[in-house]
Amino acid sequence: MAQKYRLPEGGRVDRSQPLRFTFDGKSYEGFAGDTLASAMMANGLRLVGRSFKYHRPRGIITSGVDEPNALVDLYSGTSKHEADARTTMAELVDGMDAKSINNYPLLKYDVGAVNSIFSKFFVSGFYYKTFMWPKAAWLKLYEPFIRKAAGLGTAPTVPDTDHYEKHYGYCDVLIIGAGPAGLAAARQAARSNARVWVVDDQPELGGHLLTRSATIDGKDSDAWIAEVRAELEAAPNVTLKTRAQAISYFDMNYVAIWEKVTNHMANPPANMPRERLYRVRAGQVIIASGSHERPLVFADNDRPGVMLAGAAETYVKRYGVKPGKRAVAMVNNDYAYGSILALLDAGIEVPLVCDLRQEPDGALTQAVKDRGVPIRAGHAIVAIKGKNSVRGVKVAALSEDGKALAEGEKPASQACDLVVHSAGWTPAVHAHCMARGKLAWSDDMSCFLPSEGSDANPNVSAGNCAGQMDLASVLTSGHEAAGQVLEALGMPANNAPAAPTADPEAASSTRILWIVPGEKELGYGSAKHFIDFQNDSTAFDVQLAVREGMHSIEHVKRYTTTGMATDQGKLANLNAIGIVSEALDVAPEKVGTTTYRLPYTPTTFGVIAGRDIDELLDPARTTAMHPWHEDNGAVYEDVGQWKRPWYFPKKGESMHKAVLRECAAVREDVGILDASTLGKIVVKGPDAGAFLDLVYTNKFSSLKPGKCRYGLMLNEDGMILDDGVTSRISDDEFYMTTTTGNAAPVLDHLEEYLQTEWPHMQVYLTSVTEQWATATIAGPKARDLLAEICSDVDLSAEAFEFMSWREGTVADCPARIFRISFTGDVSYEINVPSDYGLHLWNTLMQVGRKYGITPYGTETMHVLRAEKGFIIVGQETDGSVMPFDLDMNWIVSKKKGDFIGRRSLYRSDMSKPDRKQLVGIKTVDPSVVLEEGAQLVRELKAQPPMDMVGHVTSSYMSPACGRSIALGIVKGGLAAKGETLYSPQPDGKVIEVVTCSPVFFDPEGSRQNG
Amino acid sequence: MRYSAFSLLRNTLSHHKNWPQLWGSPDPQPEYDVIIIGGGGHGLATAYYLASQHGINNVAVLEKAWIGGGNTGRNTTIVRSNYLWDESAKLYETALKLWENLSQELNYNVMFSQRGVMNLCHNVHDVRETKRRVNANRLNGIDSEFLDAQQVKEFCPAIDLRGGGRYPVMGASLQRRGGTARHDAVAWGYARGAAKRGVHIIQNCPVTGFDIEGGAIKGVQTAKGPIKAKRVGMVVAGHSSVLANMAGFKLPLHCRPLQALVSEPVKPAIDCVVMSNAVHAYISQSDKGELVIGAGTDAYCSYGQRGSMHNTEGTLAAICEMFPQFRRMKMLRAWGGIVDTCPDASPIIGKTPVEGLYINCGWGTGGFKATPGSGWVFADTIANERPHALAEPFALSRFSSGYLIGEHGAAGVAH
Repeated sequence: MAQKYRLPEGGRVDRSQPLRFTFDGKSYEGFAGDTLASAMMANGLRLVGRSFKYHRPRGIITSGVDEPNALVDLYSGTSKHEADARTTMAELVDGMDAKSINNYPLLKYDVGAVNSIFSKFFVSGFYYKTFMWPKAAWLKLYEPFIRKAAGLGTAPTVPDTDHYEKHYGYCDVLIIGAGPAGLAAARQAARSNARVWVVDDQPELGGHLLTRSATIDGKDSDAWIAEVRAELEAAPNVTLKTRAQAISYFDMNYVAIWEKVTNHMANPPANMPRERLYRVRAGQVIIASGSHERPLVFADNDRPGVMLAGAAETYVKRYGVKPGKRAVAMVNNDYAYGSILALLDAGIEVPLVCDLRQEPDGALTQAVKDRGVPIRAGHAIVAIKGKNSVRGVKVAALSEDGKALAEGEKPASQACDLVVHSAGWTPAVHAHCMARGKLAWSDDMSCFLPSEGSDANPNVSAGNCAGQMDLASVLTSGHEAAGQVLEALGMPANNAPAAPTADPEAASSTRILWIVPGEKELGYGSAKHFIDFQNDSTAFDVQLAVREGMHSIEHVKRYTTTGMATDQGKLANLNAIGIVSEALDVAPEKVGTTTYRLPYTPTTFGVIAGRDIDELLDPARTTAMHPWHEDNGAVYEDVGQWKRPWYFPKKGESMHKAVLRECAAVREDVGILDASTLGKIVVKGPDAGAFLDLVYTNKFSSLKPGKCRYGLMLNEDGMILDDGVTSRISDDEFYMTTTTGNAAPVLDHLEEYLQTEWPHMQVYLTSVTEQWATATIAGPKARDLLAEICSDVDLSAEAFEFMSWREGTVADCPARIFRISFTGDVSYEINVPSDYGLHLWNTLMQVGRKYGITPYGTETMHVLRAEKGFIIVGQETDGSVMPFDLDMNWIVSKKKGDFIGRRSLYRSDMSKPDRKQLVGIKTVDPSVVLEEGAQLVRELKAQPPMDMVGHVTSSYMSPACGRSIALGIVKGGLAAKGETLYSPQPDGKVIEVVTCSPVFFDPEGSRQNG
Repeated sequence: MRYSAFSLLRNTLSHHKNWPQLWGSPDPQPEYDVIIIGGGGHGLATAYYLASQHGINNVAVLEKAWIGGGNTGRNTTIVRSNYLWDESAKLYETALKLWENLSQELNYNVMFSQRGVMNLCHNVHDVRETKRRVNANRLNGIDSEFLDAQQVKEFCPAIDLRGGGRYPVMGASLQRRGGTARHDAVAWGYARGAAKRGVHIIQNCPVTGFDIEGGAIKGVQTAKGPIKAKRVGMVVAGHSSVLANMAGFKLPLHCRPLQALVSEPVKPAIDCVVMSNAVHAYISQSDKGELVIGAGTDAYCSYGQRGSMHNTEGTLAAICEMFPQFRRMKMLRAWGGIVDTCPDASPIIGKTPVEGLYINCGWGTGGFKATPGSGWVFADTIANERPHALAEPFALSRFSSGYLIGEHGAAGVAH
């Protein structure tokens, strides 16, 4: 029968829009406006899941974000697979496919429930005490079993195809929660000039008014909400977001808000994101996040059919669903009687109410009494009958102190299929605490309330979350909170409305019993008093933890896992604090709370990642010449964020062959390299030269305009940070180049020193990496080639020397030509504005054809520079190498005064002869190419450990040398050239090598200078 | 009481009423032979080994709040020893060997699970550096192997080798003996073992000052009054600089927030630890089923145990790159701790300018895995009043001599 628990009328669902859904393969019907939970309930589904540890049968307990039990996997096996979805927060969508979790083979007959039989053994902390023997069994036997039994839903296996957006927002007033307090605040704030954001996690505004309607300003609350909504929607300064949950609160009022955009649509438009993350910086925040109903901790309070009174009321009133037919209630406060009234109004039989209070008072209590419902004062539900669903309860009078049954009391049975209970309401102080606010214990209300806030985060709590519990004061506190923050902002409301009013409620009493006794003492008998339902943590577990010396609430949390379930303790934590305080016999204030951690509710990875996925994770940077590389089959290497051509294979050519060909072309004719990715920084200002003297180990202030100089930059610890050629453009301007990967770190480094150490210096740094495109032509025919397309620069070796630069016109483009060389051959680095880069490249390729021009990639560049013994920072160096280790004493100025890292260079350890130093390495067998990263030893041993003396940093087959060559760093290597070393390989083989000078080719440098 | 399935059964029969306290709550004595400041894993391990290895039982561990509440309870529980430099490798390998027997040694199941740790390579440079480390590990006698991309996929089928297209996987190092452990249990197990041997574990007892006479330590001032001791070990991670300042010397440390997060629990989806420096995140799955995720430190210095949102955004973007199928998983809980990092990303262990005051700090992002080894060498150092051979290279004096041990690359994350 369809929806047999649906009430004939009432609720906010749209009965004209039936929606189909499946649960464990069976098809059911619900209505638009349902949550999955309410639709399941309408179909009489009680047993909806299994608990974490004991695999106990579980039903729906709450109607909101605090639900610990009614979790399902949605859309299993598809790209929409969502694990551990809360049925109470999942809006029903046509075609929704839900699957129960943590059971095998069936929800109803779950073999994991065997754990329940051993539950007395599986108390808190049991796994620390066992599974230690035999040792090997932990990894092979025990742990796999635990892992399989744990977890809840299943992880998705198919990539999510939806997309997610992120957005920054700015406002003067952010209002978290659009219940009565939030709306009262928003109504006033909307009338100011402040920019106002209002966010609420529900699809409709109104908060708890959607469950329990009331009269506000003399009208029905629905009408009042509609009126406020209309005003907010019309106000140009108000941004209203429903289905939007504030999940975290950072300093300076930076709040992350998670909006579900299309989750509730069966066929969302493709252009819309599934979810959106707003990061809002607010001048002031009004926290109106309400409260959560607290469960009573009683025997077998987890059976399907046991639910919070307020949740039952919500299902009746908001969704038009009957959670059961006959309900027994157990409460300790007057407010919960309003829920009982709702059940009565829905035709649910209520044969009796157990009230923990000795003298139940209050208007709602009276109203229930007036309906003829028997109220048993000082009585409690002491046992639940039924396993997969409630079949009845046992009720008994309690002793005066409430710690046990009254003397001689015989529990009486009462049949029912529903148990509703309430221990009162716990203010949702999460946002206040994430904003570093403090809490104070309220004896009157038995809960923690916001006390001091943090200056860094101007906010005000209002309504339930501030301890205002009756509607009249909720409305007033919201209204006043708005007044307060608007005044703080100096933006008072224009013709401010009067505070909304509701009838005040008469005060009534509450009685706190942290544990409601059962038929037997805790720990005896089979009944369990659950605190954290999902994690199966019980009152007994908490008491045991305290008994074992876990006296900090943080230890209790970690030892028992109380509060670590997916509701993050929204239901559990206060009860745990109460029970610990009793066990330790200290005030709850002394016990304190655990830290309120972000996020408020579990938040999709995808929305936090946003668009920063796939290619956009770290957008690849490409040069102006990239289209040519693409057209010509370049294979790329990732260098930093850049895509650099690694080599340019001809059809069918291996990397090895391609590199040999490219190397030969540079040495014999002319090669062309895209060098645009090198970092380029303009250093400008009257102190630019003096600044560079402090930054580099050598002197730059003496460099003449038109000249270039190679420089080494050190960290404060004396180790090499970067290298590159810097050229003087004019008296007050230098053009610095850095390695490709270090462009940003070097700029950071320079800015840090400029801003924090030498703020008096007049120097301005500008990154121009992307403003210039660079084509390097290198080889014996480079000069002739350049001459063909550059007529306004005298290129002769005498007029345009090595290590100088000229301004001119190349391929009709304005250009800066640098005569520097990283290959050891005549080489020109031609810089043109980026827009001309491709044109320059094309022209060089075209004109160069007759010179045999050959494009080469980074691999060939590496081989050529290694032949010359030129280092690459990050390859020959690793943060532990200083200039002397590279035999580069010549570049460390002794005369010019201070520079970064100078002091560190002269520490005692820096002059030790056995430091690792740069050497060339030749394998004894010239055809063997060492692996980069291979380690070297002086003394071979049969097996490890062996003392390593260094490693291979670069290694190639060198066409120019006709053999393999390598660079490496070796202990005492500078002084011991010619020594034999060994490189033990992973496969057990050993490669014998001899160290040598790192310069393998043209040691006199005649080629590059020529 | 010895823990075992039998004792558990026996106590089940007596309704779990007779379990003894794990470590008690003694009042401080006026004087101890040794005071350890800091009740984290390293401090508790130090106390444990002082008592169990060196016969020094008259020891107090002073903890400002609750034991194991700092980085011990905030890390992502990864244990490995595949460090690059000989000095570090030997230290972490000593720790790993102690881990392998720790549950049995402590009679407390710390759930050390050698499920293997992979460090992924995404570019040529990564491959070169990884091979260098693998080769160095092997020659140091530490298990380590290089996997090509296909072997990576076989070892962890959940990885997308394409990596969303931006950072394809080119290979990885694998240390099979690496894995994870239950972080809280480590603190509790050491505390229980130390307390059983007479060590006083004194919680809620912040140290407020040092009593130093003639350059030598005489005792400490605490919230619970003055306590005397001629030997004091300071193991307070993120607050090391603050305490050193009280004792009158400076430390070359930067303290930054390091965040971690877990997902909602799910059935087994990843059976090993996966780390990537290039996309910058690491992930494993706890026994509870939560994906445990971390990344690099926040960029600013702070003592507040909280990080910033954008770090989490970057971390999860990186995870979604390696595991695109996890985009619909949900972040359950995120937190931050304060890591104290030296310029060379290696710890400081040994003597201070104050005679009798020893320091153990600077573990940065990598302290948890070292816990047993750190306690082992530090206890030996304090007991014998000279640095343990493995601790010697990690002396504070290396910052004036220049003997740095640069482990930025091996640290697994950027500092």
